[in-house]
Amino acid sequence: MNFKKYLKVYKKFLHTSLASELEYKTNIFIDLITAILSLIGSIFLLSIFFQNNTSIGGWGFEQALIIQGIYTVLNGITNTWFNPNLTEIVKHIREGTLDFVLLKPIDSQFFISLKKIAPSGFLEIILGFCLLIYCIKINQINLNLNFFTLCLITIICSISILYSVWFFISTTTIWFIKTWNATEVLRSFLYIGRFPLNSFSFSLRVFFSVFIPIAFITTIPSEVFLGISQLWKILLEVIVALVFLLTSRKFWLFALKFYSSASS
Amino acid sequence: MESNLIKNKISTLLKVQYSNMMEYRVEIALWAISGIIPFFMLNIWTNNNLNESINISNIMLSRYFLCAFFVRQFSVVWVVFSFEEDSLLGKVSPYLIQPLNPFFRYFAQHLAEQITRFPFALVIAFFFFIFNPDSIWIPNLGSLFLGTISTFLSFLIQFLIQSIIACLCFWTEKASSIERLLFIPTLFLSGLLAPVVSFPEYVKSWIYLTPFPYLIDFPANLLSGNPTNVIGGFIMQILWIMLFFPLFRKIWTKGTKKYTAMGS
Repeated sequence: MNFKKYLKVYKKFLHTSLASELEYKTNIFIDLITAILSLIGSIFLLSIFFQNNTSIGGWGFEQALIIQGIYTVLNGITNTWFNPNLTEIVKHIREGTLDFVLLKPIDSQFFISLKKIAPSGFLEIILGFCLLIYCIKINQINLNLNFFTLCLITIICSISILYSVWFFISTTTIWFIKTWNATEVLRSFLYIGRFPLNSFSFSLRVFFSVFIPIAFITTIPSEVFLGISQLWKILLEVIVALVFLLTSRKFWLFALKFYSSASS
Repeated sequence: MESNLIKNKISTLLKVQYSNMMEYRVEIALWAISGIIPFFMLNIWTNNNLNESINISNIMLSRYFLCAFFVRQFSVVWVVFSFEEDSLLGKVSPYLIQPLNPFFRYFAQHLAEQITRFPFALVIAFFFFIFNPDSIWIPNLGSLFLGTISTFLSFLIQFLIQSIIACLCFWTEKASSIERLLFIPTLFLSGLLAPVVSFPEYVKSWIYLTPFPYLIDFPANLLSGNPTNVIGGFIMQILWIMLFFPLFRKIWTKGTKKYTAMGS
């Protein structure tokens, strides 16, 4: 792996995709408004839940806002990197253009996962961080080095898990060419990440920690943020993230063996 | 003679689109699954006893969310995305020459998809009843009839709104971002995630004047037997249709005049 080469290639990716995305300036503006409205909408929904209750699943309103903030950041990352790239895989496979990717002297997973970037997701990331800063204020969280490292570690783990799940589902298109809206199913399940895991019934809690690891994606980072997470949960999160990353990599290499270009 | 021709047109369009949709069964099943968010919301509501404050029993609320799921299944519209793709690829030009407004084609496509989707929705409802055996009920014929009509009217409203947005493709090429913007208020205000009765007073005072509660909340209440203003609801649905239809006609004639094929 030549790290420098990949960095250089990535810079080129950034340049070209930003240039092509900025062709649609009004689109980006509309996407910005969409991001703001969507955050307002979810806080509105949360406020309905808290109208006559002080806590759901043991989380107060101020604490539930943290989950909302982390969800918004992760959703922004999904919209910026994962969504535009991984929906492209489907197109590559359906039209047979994956051939060109495989022929390039560069890792195919790298190429396929980072080729494009959608700048409108940036605002969502910024919005999420603003909300988190506000949460630090209203929850009176002590800022220290320990807090920052743990937050950073868990967030990176969440991003890895999220990426792996997306990549895993997109990879399955090699077999089921038409099931590209499997990503839509994933999207709607991830929506649940806006709420604390404890607010669901036991069976759904199990489902969302084992099959679709939403618990690891938003709830554990939020607990770390509040300083109430146990060490074993953080360790578990790191292990889960590593397993997901490795499996998705293995799965991609395995799937490529079954790839036979379009119309063959 | 004339009416025979129209009948032929309609049945041919429906038949073609139905067999087309049957090709994409897996895809449609996945779409159906991606609509189960209302069930997760129901879980939050009942698991935290949030419904006590709005005076809806667990059973009525679960019926409400099941009906909301059904209404959503049969009022999903994606004209913008089809039309945008067709107009970007230049497929609209041949459609325009034919003696048939292309939107009839899309309309038939949606109806055919709903027919294909119906069995999947029933299967999901079956599983829902396995998990919530208390909520099993047979709606009486009257509410089934009224509910079906209002679901269809809700579909018409959304189809008209999206067709109007789709016509903006004649001017901007990428109209789907406007649709995504409009989807946010639809998601949060239509009653898909929380019944409109639970909304705070400052929202309830104006929301019934907008089209949103008539998209999901009103038909779902009718179907599930929850109290709702039947006559007022139908009047508002029809009023909105009467408002949007001429608007669509106008923007369509303006747009087709403005239309120039790619590369001209």
